[in-house]
Amino acid sequence: MLGIFDKLKAGLTKTRQAFTERVATILRRRKIDEDVYEELEETLLAADVGFETTQFLLDHMQKEARRNKLETADQLVPVLQSAINVILGEDPEPLQFVKDGLTVILFVGVNGVGKTTTIGKMASKWRHEGKKVVIAAGDTFRAAAIEQLVVWGERAGVEVIRQSTGSDAAAVIFDAISAAKARGADLLLCDTAGRLQNKVHLMAELEKVYRVIDREIPGAPHEVFLVLDATTGQNAIVQAKMFHEIARVTGIVLTKLDGTAKGGVVIGVKKALDIPVKWIGFGEGIEDLEPFSSTMFAKALFEGFQTMEKED
Amino acid sequence: MFETLSDRLQNAFARLRSKGKLTEDDVKEAMREIRRALLEADVHHAVAKEFTERIREKAVGQEILQSLSAGQQVVKIVHEELITLMGSDQAKIARAPKPPTVVMMVGLQGAGKTTAAAKLARHLQKKEFRRPMLVAADIYRPAAIDQLKILGQQIEVPVYAPGADIAPQKIVEQAMKEAINGSYDYLIIDTAGRLHIDDTLMDELMQMKSICSPHEILLVIDAMTGQDAITVAEHFHSKLEVTGIIMTKLDGDTRGGAALTVRHVTGCPVKFVGTGEKTDALEPFYPDRMASRILGMGDVLSLIEKAQETIDEKQAKELEAKFLKNEFTLEDFLSQLQQVRKMGPLEQVLGMLPGMGKLKQLQQANVDESQINKVEAIILSMSKAERQKPELVTKSSSRRVRIAKGSGTQVKDVNQLLRQFEDMRKMMKHLTGLTKGGKKGIAGLNALGGLGPKGGMPFGQKGKRRR
Repeated sequence: MLGIFDKLKAGLTKTRQAFTERVATILRRRKIDEDVYEELEETLLAADVGFETTQFLLDHMQKEARRNKLETADQLVPVLQSAINVILGEDPEPLQFVKDGLTVILFVGVNGVGKTTTIGKMASKWRHEGKKVVIAAGDTFRAAAIEQLVVWGERAGVEVIRQSTGSDAAAVIFDAISAAKARGADLLLCDTAGRLQNKVHLMAELEKVYRVIDREIPGAPHEVFLVLDATTGQNAIVQAKMFHEIARVTGIVLTKLDGTAKGGVVIGVKKALDIPVKWIGFGEGIEDLEPFSSTMFAKALFEGFQTMEKED
Repeated sequence: MFETLSDRLQNAFARLRSKGKLTEDDVKEAMREIRRALLEADVHHAVAKEFTERIREKAVGQEILQSLSAGQQVVKIVHEELITLMGSDQAKIARAPKPPTVVMMVGLQGAGKTTAAAKLARHLQKKEFRRPMLVAADIYRPAAIDQLKILGQQIEVPVYAPGADIAPQKIVEQAMKEAINGSYDYLIIDTAGRLHIDDTLMDELMQMKSICSPHEILLVIDAMTGQDAITVAEHFHSKLEVTGIIMTKLDGDTRGGAALTVRHVTGCPVKFVGTGEKTDALEPFYPDRMASRILGMGDVLSLIEKAQETIDEKQAKELEAKFLKNEFTLEDFLSQLQQVRKMGPLEQVLGMLPGMGKLKQLQQANVDESQINKVEAIILSMSKAERQKPELVTKSSSRRVRIAKGSGTQVKDVNQLLRQFEDMRKMMKHLTGLTKGGKKGIAGLNALGGLGPKGGMPFGQKGKRRR
């Protein structure tokens, strides 16, 4: 299967081919100086790594450079990449199924990040792996959100449990749990309405949904995925924090990586809250979802650094 | 999690008190803090760099007489410069000499185009008394057409939606005829969200543009967007020549630095901001407020305006007088509490206050609405005399027991309220000192006093200000 990073690279190839060799020589020849540090800083900042984490990474890198007596610029990027990998940690199991019975996943996030689309993709993926999947249409607020999910359900060949717009989200989820149990499903994917994390009443509603699931199946939801738009800047840290407080987030789905945004803020999220990225989304196609790889992610962050060198 | 720039600069300049003068080095440090604040607010790093350079030039030349106000002075320069950059006036939506005025909404997936289109239609209909028609040209996202139809029904604006089987170019062409036949004066086209690097879909937009020759192409941008805002804006602008920006989801707690980036790249004004999920949550853009927000200084002006909308002016004057004479009673407190609640969900009101991001405990304690219900119940269980003279309650345990019983609370709750009220009274004293030109007071508030065009506290404001 063509991975996202391969896709990304394929996209960049045109721009890159012409420069790759030149870049390599420039980097190799280039002595480490203030300008190199500055360019690396800009690369990290441009990837939304954020001021604090960027400073942290640069400090680390400078120490390492002194200690190992690094001399040329090409030696620095691997140091940064490995530091990022240390923060991101080992790639976790992207989805933990319970031994037997129903595994419940709750999807949360702010408006417009791609929760519904992600659920569609995930439903399709696990159905193809032979799991019986049911979807709960828990976004009862946004106009036509249910219809949108139903279309995805059809595409994935998965049943969608729903009520009408405006009904109680917790009640829909409650119904869906009963239905999923009755049908002997393996996996229940619960959609929720997008909500900004500073809306206290909406967060309280989410807490209720969480409680209802936990009451119906003790220990559930087994996974709570925070869906994060890769285009998002530093607010993502606040998002993760607030959603984590309410709904014990177990992993992040980083979406829209097919654009030009790199989603570097997840490094800060992991560092501050220890929430790992588990999945990445990279398109509107039903197959555009994959488990996260921190190595590939760290590599992709510096694609920009290399292309930037061409301007020298 | 974010300290405000104002706090940081105060700290940075605090040790200068003895020196009394700013050196190049001091300014350099201030610039670091400003750059940091801008980056934390998601302003693009290149834009932040250029901006701090401009500020440095301005700041170094400035004579700073009192080191105490040096931090404030720099913040003021930064603030003003930000306002200048974001455009000093609100831009209006275009109106074609010959109707219909065609408006195209474009942007990435999930930015909020469909919602913004409906809000804009409602705004034109309700506030500008126009006859808008919405056009559902997003044939790609499942149920996007349904979403627009439902929103159209809610706001009673017709939606032209021939279906998802027709090419967007064709839809636009037909919609133009429809608009002329139905003598609609605004045509608002909702397009599908797309990546700025998706050539096929960008070409499609360009074709739509050439068919309907829109008077406005509004780029819809999520206020939470990070550094990539620059690339997105550049691409959309170079292909389509965007005429304005709509920033969405500003009711969140993001600092919204993308506004500066996008403005910088396109040179286009932000015409509206989205501040909620309901169709009436569309507001004009105020550069000064956005500047405060990016700097983490809170949306004080919005709060003032909101307060003015809800608070009875006569009452406010009386209250102000009471503040000054320190005659503030529990009864006043109750009526103030009720008025503040009228301003909207408390967390939204508090979110607009500067420094709230930092005062986590305070924020959590205050945001708890049930806590406020309790306070209300306690005060309502007091006699009129007790409300006027809280000392009566403080002195008598039997009164406290009675009040606790009457309000369904504990005696300790009553005690707590009385203590808090006493603290508040003390704080009022400080504040009134401040408005009389005192120099002590609370540092943050002091800084703000100098920043707003008029400054001052929400409840002390006289007259309604409109810009």
